[in-house]
Amino acid sequence: MGYAYYPGCSLHGTAKEYDMSSRACLDFLGIEYRELPDWSCCGASSAHSVDHTLAVSLPARNLILAEQMNLPLMTPCTACYSRLRGAHHALRSDPGLARKVLTALGSEYKGRYEPLSILDVLYQYGPEAVGEKVTKKLKELKVACYYGCLLLRPPEYADFDDPENPGKMERLVETTGARAVDWPHRTECCGASLSLSDTKLVVSLATFIVDMAARHGAECIVTACPMCQANLDMRQRGRTKLPVYYVTELLGLAFGLEPKRLGLTTHMVNAMGLLRAKQLA
Amino acid sequence: MCLLKILKTKGKRRMNYLNLSRHEGEWLPFAQAVEAEGGKKVLSCYQCGKCSAGCPVSFAMEEQPHQVIRMVQLGLSDRALNSPTIWRCAGCFTCTTRCPRGVDIAGVMSALRVIALARNVRTSRRAQAFHKVFLSLIKRYGRINEFELVVRYKLASMNLFQDLDLGLRMFMQGKLKPPRGIAGVRQLRSLFRHEKGGKRSGLRLLPGLQLTRHREGV
Repeated sequence: MGYAYYPGCSLHGTAKEYDMSSRACLDFLGIEYRELPDWSCCGASSAHSVDHTLAVSLPARNLILAEQMNLPLMTPCTACYSRLRGAHHALRSDPGLARKVLTALGSEYKGRYEPLSILDVLYQYGPEAVGEKVTKKLKELKVACYYGCLLLRPPEYADFDDPENPGKMERLVETTGARAVDWPHRTECCGASLSLSDTKLVVSLATFIVDMAARHGAECIVTACPMCQANLDMRQRGRTKLPVYYVTELLGLAFGLEPKRLGLTTHMVNAMGLLRAKQLA
Repeated sequence: MCLLKILKTKGKRRMNYLNLSRHEGEWLPFAQAVEAEGGKKVLSCYQCGKCSAGCPVSFAMEEQPHQVIRMVQLGLSDRALNSPTIWRCAGCFTCTTRCPRGVDIAGVMSALRVIALARNVRTSRRAQAFHKVFLSLIKRYGRINEFELVVRYKLASMNLFQDLDLGLRMFMQGKLKPPRGIAGVRQLRSLFRHEKGGKRSGLRLLPGLQLTRHREGV
């Protein structure tokens, strides 16, 4: 059956390694997907601060395109995941708003499939099944899994896992042989879209999170969100610099894929040094 | 049997409204405007402060989230719309997730930003420049081109020299590319219709509401 793949704007730009590694992992696991043709921006960090209706109609256009393909929509980007699920939820629960949005788009929406995160897709594939495909164990790699906000909150529509104490990402990462450390800031906020307009705040938040991971013995952080990755990678100012990987980069590495194909050479904090030191790349 | 049931329930009839905050009369329209823009159940707040306690950016806020909620309940529109707190909110939804009264606090902050932008209340020039540039790019291309976003944001906010080193490295890594429009951009533009008229649906419902226009701080 497969999925309609929605990369989102970041994955065509600053988060291109997430796009590369996501596609590489999906290809490797034999999960079918097709890029959503002519997809448009989900409104991301801004639409909901400017217009409540626009914040639903921008993602709704993509939901409708996927429904016309008769495929469930899947996105690696956690921010897109949040906007798409929020719109899906609003269209199904708020008839007044739905009428307004669907009239503007000149289409109807049944909402048969819920939009999914790539983590949902990998988790549905099964951690055990993913583990069976691992050819290169990432032994002795101590990883801090960082969920951030939008995969888990608000639980009304973003319910990938328990909002206060999640564990699915750890299960996925541990299939690679890496060890997920126990640490307290897994669901703290990195400052997200304030990175440009309130940089000092984001620097303090990112440094706080990375320091906490380092204090609990992590050698690197793994995340599933381009905003989290960008903020932690670019804005950390602590004494210990930790590389910040996407889940799909570590999985791809464990599948024995070429680091260059996964985009591991395009990080701000050197992502290859640690892997070379551990003889993983 | 039926009569008995009625008699039984009559004694302990449940009220639909709990009087947790005093909200009536001229105070109400502002709270209703906030709810219309997505600030769900703002009137249900009973000021426990759980939102402010868990907020990851509250250390950088002079007015805490629960105080802003109270301003909305009391109809203090000027104070709420001018509060820097609404622009500091990172939208992480920790407050919304934990609220024991089901108030969408992050949604209230978004709603206040929407109304502040519509009313031209300029508290955070940088954040407002960011959102304006962001949406103008969606309108032009249908997608966000981060390269153009950063350049335009820098020009709009006069914040020219920040992150030049990062930008250069990203350019070398091929992460900043020239923009390309999508085929369906015309359909997408029609969604922005409201901007032409200037008036916004959420606020037109409120004939009695007097919001002062702020022009300072440009």
